[in-house]
Amino acid sequence: MPFQTEYPDLKCDISNQGVLTITLSRPQKRNALSNDVLSHLAEILEEASLDSSVKSAVIYGGESMFAAGADLHEMSSQQSIETWLNPRPKLWQRIDQFEKPLIAAVNGYALGAGLELVLLCDVVVAGEGTLFGLPEITLGLMPGAGGTQRLARTVGKSLANQMVLTGQPISAQKALNSGLISEVTIAQNTLNKAQEIATTIAQRAPLAVRAAKTSLKSVPNGTLGQGLVMERQLFSLLAETQDRAEGIQAFLDKRKATFKGK
Amino acid sequence: MEESILFQVEAGVAVITLNRPKQLNSFNPEMHKALKRALKQAEADDSVRAVLLTGAGRGFCAGQDLNDRNVNSGAEMADLGESIEKYYNPLIKQISNMPKPVIAAVNGVAAGAGANIAFACDIVFAAQSASFIQAFCKIGLVPDSGGTWVLPRLIGSARAKALMLLGDKVTASQAQEWGMIWQCVEDEALIETAMSVANHLATQPTKGLGFIKHALNHSSENSLDDQLNMEKDLQRLAGQTDDYREGIAAFFDKRAPEFKGK
Repeated sequence: MPFQTEYPDLKCDISNQGVLTITLSRPQKRNALSNDVLSHLAEILEEASLDSSVKSAVIYGGESMFAAGADLHEMSSQQSIETWLNPRPKLWQRIDQFEKPLIAAVNGYALGAGLELVLLCDVVVAGEGTLFGLPEITLGLMPGAGGTQRLARTVGKSLANQMVLTGQPISAQKALNSGLISEVTIAQNTLNKAQEIATTIAQRAPLAVRAAKTSLKSVPNGTLGQGLVMERQLFSLLAETQDRAEGIQAFLDKRKATFKGK
Repeated sequence: MEESILFQVEAGVAVITLNRPKQLNSFNPEMHKALKRALKQAEADDSVRAVLLTGAGRGFCAGQDLNDRNVNSGAEMADLGESIEKYYNPLIKQISNMPKPVIAAVNGVAAGAGANIAFACDIVFAAQSASFIQAFCKIGLVPDSGGTWVLPRLIGSARAKALMLLGDKVTASQAQEWGMIWQCVEDEALIETAMSVANHLATQPTKGLGFIKHALNHSSENSLDDQLNMEKDLQRLAGQTDDYREGIAAFFDKRAPEFKGK
């Protein structure tokens, strides 16, 4: 059975509805995102991309911690050349290329690389008391995996500048108000909430979900004009699918649609 | 040196006593730190299922110890925001986020932050001779420790404003009549009454009580829709507790339930 493989630092579990839950589990390292963790995550997501039984995925870090950042021990030994040649940017890219909906269930801290991972996810749910921040500046460095770029596009200029330049974190409530996350809940319920959303998505027509995610993901990459053209192309593409016919017919017949991913 | 906080656990109740009676239990940094430790211990200890907060001597708490403030003319003004950020705000959050009931037994005057710390507790008993004063306005300050948030919610804006702008003393019986506190009791009966309620609560479904407290803490900031949603989430979690199972079983067996707080 797929996804029963246990990496030393990640656990996978797939629900009957096709929701893959990936739990970061390096508690003694506060779930620090080492190259190994990122590469295991990329492997899992790539496997999940090809596996039609997986409809959506949740990344969770536990009840008291999401991820406190990159692995500083790993980073501190690297000079300029090694940093330049580091495979890390490629690992981030592989994670970013996951084409099914990816939901982050965040408790505790999402700092540095932890927040950069959150920013790659499509939907973010957080527990009350969660802190989001990019403290890189306090260590004499700066975000290096999309922190400055994706955060500014997500929460707007002033808040992003404040967070990156002071290194001070913001609360879950502020993250909600600024659009970084979409739900706040009691910490014990964060995973439930994320899985609930992932399960709802898992019941939708897979091709429509994939096309919609592609369209949404392209938002920061082009002009509105280009985006509208692509959206219309994807929209037209779906007109060819059986699931679209089924979805509309089921609605008219007042029954539940049965999607096949075709 | 005398301990500024007394901490004692009996029969599931952590009794925390503010113990600087000569200074009417006003706060200095040492007492802040000791209280923080005591509350942390009460929260972490599974055998503790209710907390009782009271004061030694004739006062409950006179707020900030003004002897600690350096405001001689010519000297640099103290940054009051700093002590609030460092001590008072975390204290109020610690009490209101405590997932166990916190009872205040207000044995004497509760002034300034001392009054607002009492109001942060879940159930407030006060001795007949006790009183509550928002003394801040008399020295040019603003009610802190959540006073401006909690008081209008307890007694309405008209009364809260007048009390805070005039700095008038409110007797315990007036406080009860206005709904500022739960109950005013004879001086001699105060500790016994508060303790028996704390003892009762320590035998109840602690997790469920924590969820109730959580829901109420959020009710004034949530819309009805959001609150209904929160109730659903909390009920789902409560429904997974052992105590819920025991409650139902005891009901059908027609016996008294034995809750474990889990």
